[in-house]
Order: sequence, then C-alpha cells, then structure tokens
Amino acid sequence: MAKILIPTPLRPYTDKQDAVDASGATVGELLSDLTTKHAGLKAHLYNEQGKLRSFVNIYVNDEDIRYLQKEQTSVKADDTVSIIPSVAGGAETTLAPVSPKPQSGEGGARTGLHPERELSELTNEEVKRYSRHLIMPEVGVEAQKKLKASRVLCIGAGGLGSPAALYLAAAGVGTLGIVDFDTVDFSNLQRQILHGTPDVGRSKLASAKDKLTAINPNVKIELHETALTSANALELFAPYDVILDGTDNFPTRYLVNDACVLLGKPNAYGSIFRFEGQASVFATKDGPCYRCLYPEPPPPGLVPSCAEGGVLGVLPGMIGIIQATEAIKLIIGVGEPLIGRFLIYDALKMKFRELKLRKDPDCPVCGTHPTVTKLIDYEQFCGVVPAAPEPAAVNHATEITSVELKQRLDRGDKLKIVDVREPNEYQINRIPGSELIPLGDIPKRYEELNKNDEIVVHCKMGGRSAKAADFLRSVGFTKVLNLKGGILDWVDKVDPSQPKY
Amino acid sequence: MSSQRLTITSEVDSAIRQHGQETYPHECCGALVGRDGAVTAVVALPNTTDEGPRRRFMVRPSDYQLAERRATELGGELLGFYHSHPDHPARPSQYDLDHAWPNFAYIIVAVATGVAGDMTVWYLQEDRSRFEEGSLNHGENSHPDPTPAVHG
Repeated sequence: MAKILIPTPLRPYTDKQDAVDASGATVGELLSDLTTKHAGLKAHLYNEQGKLRSFVNIYVNDEDIRYLQKEQTSVKADDTVSIIPSVAGGAETTLAPVSPKPQSGEGGARTGLHPERELSELTNEEVKRYSRHLIMPEVGVEAQKKLKASRVLCIGAGGLGSPAALYLAAAGVGTLGIVDFDTVDFSNLQRQILHGTPDVGRSKLASAKDKLTAINPNVKIELHETALTSANALELFAPYDVILDGTDNFPTRYLVNDACVLLGKPNAYGSIFRFEGQASVFATKDGPCYRCLYPEPPPPGLVPSCAEGGVLGVLPGMIGIIQATEAIKLIIGVGEPLIGRFLIYDALKMKFRELKLRKDPDCPVCGTHPTVTKLIDYEQFCGVVPAAPEPAAVNHATEITSVELKQRLDRGDKLKIVDVREPNEYQINRIPGSELIPLGDIPKRYEELNKNDEIVVHCKMGGRSAKAADFLRSVGFTKVLNLKGGILDWVDKVDPSQPKY
Repeated sequence: MSSQRLTITSEVDSAIRQHGQETYPHECCGALVGRDGAVTAVVALPNTTDEGPRRRFMVRPSDYQLAERRATELGGELLGFYHSHPDHPARPSQYDLDHAWPNFAYIIVAVATGVAGDMTVWYLQEDRSRFEEGSLNHGENSHPDPTPAVHG
C-alpha cells in the first residue's frame, strides 16, 4: 500500500481526493490498482497502446521513474508516488496557415504555407482555369493562392513523379522542382506518362518540362539535373514546402527521409512494387518518419527493384496521385493528412489497407535523442556497394563475355548454356540452345547438370547468374562461367535481332 | 460551443495578452488560478520546450508543481493554463489536443505580428476526441484599457 498524489485535473475521477491509496509492489502495479478503483483515470494516463502518455510524469518521492526502473520501479509502503502533469501544446509546426480563418475538421489548423509567404492575386486566366477549385468552399480563392505561392519538389520524373507532377502542375502549384538525371528509355514508357515515344533518348527533365508547360504554362518548372546525394540534398530541399519522394531505391529513400526530418519538410511518400503500392506522409513535426517504420534498411538484394521484379504500369499512377493529393492537402491545410497512417494498396485484390504509425521516441533521426543529426553515407548504410566503373578486365576463371561465347560456339566447343531467368523472360529472348532453370530451382535441379561439362550460366544482366554460379561451385562444379552483362550484352554485341526488355 | 464558461478579470485578460506580446515570436505559457470558473490571477511560467518555442510550449513538472503551490497560496485552485499562438489562429492544434488534460481550461491567445488579438478558451472532451470551445466572459471590472500585468 502506498499513497498516490493526484493532480488537480484528475481529481474529478478520485471523488475530489488529492491523495488516494493503492496497493502494489511496483509503480506499474500501483497504477493498475489505481485505475481499477478509479476507472475514469485510465484514458488520461495511458494511450491506446497501454503506455503512459508522454506528458504524464510519475515520481516516486522526488525521482522521475523514467530515471529509475520506469514502471518496474519498486515502491515501499512509506513512499509517496505523485502523478505530475507536464503541460504542453502549441501551434502547428510544419507549415503554418496563411490566414487565421477557421479550418475544416476537428482540431483546427494543421498545415498550410508559412505565414510569411506572400500570396499574389489570381489573374483572370487563372480564375477561369481553376474555376472548379474556386467554387468548392474547402478550396476557394485563398487556397488557390496558396497553391500558386507553393513550391513542391518531386524526387524523380519516373513512375511516381510522372502522374504526381502532371496533376500538381494542372492543379496550379506555383513552382514545381524536379530532380532527375536519367534519359527516357523504351522500358519507361509503360508507366512513366510524362514521357512519350518521341522522347526516348532525351533527358527526362527536358521531356517533363515540355509536358508540364503544355498543361499549365503558369507553373514555374525548376529542373535539377543531378543525382540526389548527401552533399546536395539539404540545399536542394531548402527552398521547397513539400518533398514528394518518387525514388526507387533504399539509399535515396533514407536520404530523402532524413533530409526532410532535418529540414522539417513534409515528405509525401510513395513506393511501388509489382502489384502493390504504399503511401504515407512522413517527417511532419509531430508525425512519424520513414525510420520510425523501418529503422534499418533490408539486407541488400532481399527486396528486388522494379527493374528486377517488374511493376504493373498503372500502379504508379494510383500511388503518385495519392502523393500529389497529400501534397495539395498539406499546402492548403484541409482534410486529414496521411500523417501517422500507412496506406497499402493491392491492385490485384483492389483493396486498400491502412496501418497506424506512431512517432518512435527512440527513432535515430526524429526521436527525442537523435543519433543521426546530419546526412550520412546512405549507400553504405544500406549495404550497397557503389557501382564501380565497369571493369574492363574479365576474370577468365569465372566469367566469359558474350563475344567470347559466340566465338567458342562458332568453333564448335561443347558448352552447356543455362539460363537462370524466369520462364516469362525466356519467352522474350534467349540464347539458342540454352536450357532454362530459374535461379530458385537450381538447388533442387542442379543434379540434372553434368559436372564434367563446361557450363555457362546467364540471366538478364549477370547478377542472378553470378549467384547461380556461386551455388554450383559450392556443390562441386568446377567448370562454371558466368556470362558477363547477361543476355542484354548478348543482344547488344552478338544478336541485335532479338528484343531487349 | 460547450456549456463551459470561464470568467476572467480585466487584469487577467491584459496579463495574458501582454505576456504573449513580450515573448513574441515565441509562445508564452502560464497557469490560471481562481475558483468556480472565475480566473482571478495568472502565474506566468517559463516555456521550457526543447522543440522550438515559436511553435511549442512546455510547462515542466517542477513548474506545474509551483503553479499548484501558488494557486493554494493565493487561496484558489488551478483552473487551467494559457498559451499564445504567434501568427496563428486562437484555435487548438492537434498537438494541443494530444497533450491536453481533462477538466482544465485552456486559454489560447493569438498574437499576430506581435499584437495580441483573439482570445478563446477550450476544454478537452471526456473521451479525448476533441476540444470544445467554452465561452470566455469578462468579469465586472472588465474595461478595455490595459492595466498593469499580474505576472506571477
């Protein structure tokens, strides 16, 4: 039995008493007994996860239990336990609203542009163009002016960046920045709708600017033809209000997240793979960040990229437009942003699921005691070895080039060619005489191969077949060569009549 | 609008406004002391937030205890807290809601470009789902010109 002191706001739940007795050997047990006897206290002391709320402080005598053994702190009969409030609050942080007009929805103002941002009037042409926005009370002239004054940065002009940028430009975002350094490839056209067939070979930025300007010449397009790196990210992000992450790899995703947290810029996040997409809004002041969800990246190679695993072409349309929607809501400050919510979309089932996300107080970048306080080497963090310049030398003990392979086949050398790709890839192109054994089947089918044969393994680009070669060597094959550059190199150098993918 | 009413004296009104103007562009905070829904004194408290005082305030536990002691010394009770929203409307934010205590009056004063404007009072709903706006009344002595601040 110990005495618990009750602060003023909680006394209505303890029959106005400022001290009550409760039993238990630890703080946790005492509080459990207390909330059993006085049930009204529970919701105010504990959050939905059953943890003590951050602004509830429990002291044993004069010591905060956070510095003792937390709820396991033992309590003796003559100890005094106090519940002491911290009182906290404040205006919103990420982006303050421009005008003090009441916002829709509960809880009042959430986001918007910085109050010092100057808003300019809409021209007659703009009034006409945006009339379907202007007649909605939730948007109206004020919000349209905020859109006009806003600055959004799209990381990537690819699958996600394409639909997002098209709609943001159409909606009247005043300044749209795009970071990309790629050129348009035929394999992009199935989903990257900023670019068309005549753009193949052009820079993605030049192509994007043409399309966006055609839709809305009022939008100022800022092109950043560079790879996003730890050295330039903060400087690139700083002039923008919202960052839209359309990246396709983990190092850049962590880089975008951390830079957004460090600068206090909201990150309208999206990602796609095969038939599944994800979206959320990270790095707002009170909301979680990507690292609260995934503190560490997956081991390299575990999660395949879209280039390896494929992606349904319309999928980035769906997700990119969710990102654009969230960016617009953040700017004009309406509705319920996707903060603390992680949306998962399954195109095959045509279902959305939503996970609740919490800001992790121990998050290494946005937690209360961050260990990441500046941008780091994200390639290293994600265990990715930076792509070395294409080594000219071929290791003849383990590798063979497509030209050498062709020469040896023409000489009549007896070579067993094993294609370790998937059957649908084998249907697109193949090396004549090759046998298909997908990488995943090699461990159970390698006995079909003869250890005395000289074996050449290949895949699309050489990555999967290197794994297959390693495996075969591990089970006693000694004459295994990996086709360097895969079938793409074969098509380029030996058989250009075949299609590439 | 909830049925909750809070009455403040003109001294309290001007003390809160002046405190908000003094700390602008940072948020100010303090305790409301009185009895039976009538605030008769305020206790100005330091803003100890470590998240940036332009957009946050924090009354740490030791200052909370000080406020309770001062309330007792002044012959009243702790009725709630006030804080300012610099360049921001006098409406509670999601952050305010997430950190609110029940049965307290929360006065918010908007301070736009250094000048105190709207003042409102809010009460947390019992289910913590939202704030309800209460009605803020000025006591009998209320008159428009500012009187000396009653800083704790």
